Amino acid sequence: MNRWKNFTSGFVRENPVFGLYLGICSVLAVSTTINNALGMGVCVIITLLLSNVIISVMRDIVPNDIRIPVYIVIIASLVTVVEMLVNAFSPALAESLGTFISLIVVNCIILGRAEAFASKNGVVDSILDALGMGLGYTVSLLAMALIRQVIGTGVLEFTNPFDASQIIFSFTIIPSDFTVSLFSSAPGAFLTFGILAGLLAMYNGKKQEKAEAEAKAAKAAAAKAAAEAKLKEAK
Amino acid sequence: MGELFTLFISAALIDNIILSKFTGMCPFLGVSKKSSSAVGMGAAVTFVIFAAALVTYGLYYMVLDPLDIEYMKLITFILVIASLVQFVEMVIKKFSPPLYKALGIYLPLITTNCAVLYVVLENIAQNYNFIEMVVYSLGVPVGFMLVIVVFSKIRERLEAADTPKYFKGNPIGLITCALMAMAFSGLAGLV
Repeated sequence: MNRWKNFTSGFVRENPVFGLYLGICSVLAVSTTINNALGMGVCVIITLLLSNVIISVMRDIVPNDIRIPVYIVIIASLVTVVEMLVNAFSPALAESLGTFISLIVVNCIILGRAEAFASKNGVVDSILDALGMGLGYTVSLLAMALIRQVIGTGVLEFTNPFDASQIIFSFTIIPSDFTVSLFSSAPGAFLTFGILAGLLAMYNGKKQEKAEAEAKAAKAAAAKAAAEAKLKEAK
Repeated sequence: MGELFTLFISAALIDNIILSKFTGMCPFLGVSKKSSSAVGMGAAVTFVIFAAALVTYGLYYMVLDPLDIEYMKLITFILVIASLVQFVEMVIKKFSPPLYKALGIYLPLITTNCAVLYVVLENIAQNYNFIEMVVYSLGVPVGFMLVIVVFSKIRERLEAADTPKYFKGNPIGLITCALMAMAFSGLAGLV
């Protein structure tokens, strides 16, 4: 149960992107199309999973004082491998993500999870944590990309990541006369992100308020019952 | 000369590292609540970017390239950056304890500031020669500093503004960024 909670908390309550503001550089930059978003998400999940596993296995060997440099070297090596694989198997994706694949090294989510979770927990928990956080990141990225691609270009398109000429699906949702090209460029990224982050804060806040109000009502009811019992006793 | 000036202006203003390349967002949102710490952060980042660019450029063309181990660049560069950040941290701690306190956790986090890694990787990817590299690595942090200081001033005013409850703090900050990015995209006509 607890493990399941660890796994799911990454989606909404502790969403790494909109809730904790981790790794937002890449989210803003690559959320132009769902192709890029999915590609980046997969790269991050692979890196996060491997780094969490390795760091979790090595957590008793690494001296405490030099742990951060050790983690960074591990992560940098993993990212180099991922970058080479992407270059080899999906040149189109490598082209459109550009430097941002290398920048996974400095994605705060990966170092953050290594430091906060994998260095203190066992391998199985670290795997679940990596999957939860990685999926939370990917889902946020996809949500951003969906909004930006649809409003910015009007077309929802997904091409085969291993073969750029093969289109898997393509729907025209907004006629091209009514698209807002602002959403494909930098200001649109900030705008979409700000609004989504605000909405998530509102969702979490409202839920908390409701829980608090319920707790208050329960307390009041209990107090009332106690008072009535007292009254009865007095009679 | 003219080309170098164009490179500087476009690195600092048009292709601004924060507003159009989206790198360096963490310190940008984290430290921009007070303008004094924004200036300190800007200065620290400027130093780290410039020094890291010089060292990594030298390392790449004098060590990695001749030995044909270019694929090691990510690992080498990140280690160079990490040690430089450690150095800056020690200097600031010694000479300005209040600034050290204000920057807090964000100082060691310059290591994972994508802006630094972005600049050093871009220097290699764009095949800049030495002088272009120097100009670019100065232009980028100038742009970073400009935007972070301007943004911290706006943020001080935003604190007092009547924003919807749940949009207070970072969400409204990001929407402000969107407006700033629109304004900056107007500068594209400069060159």
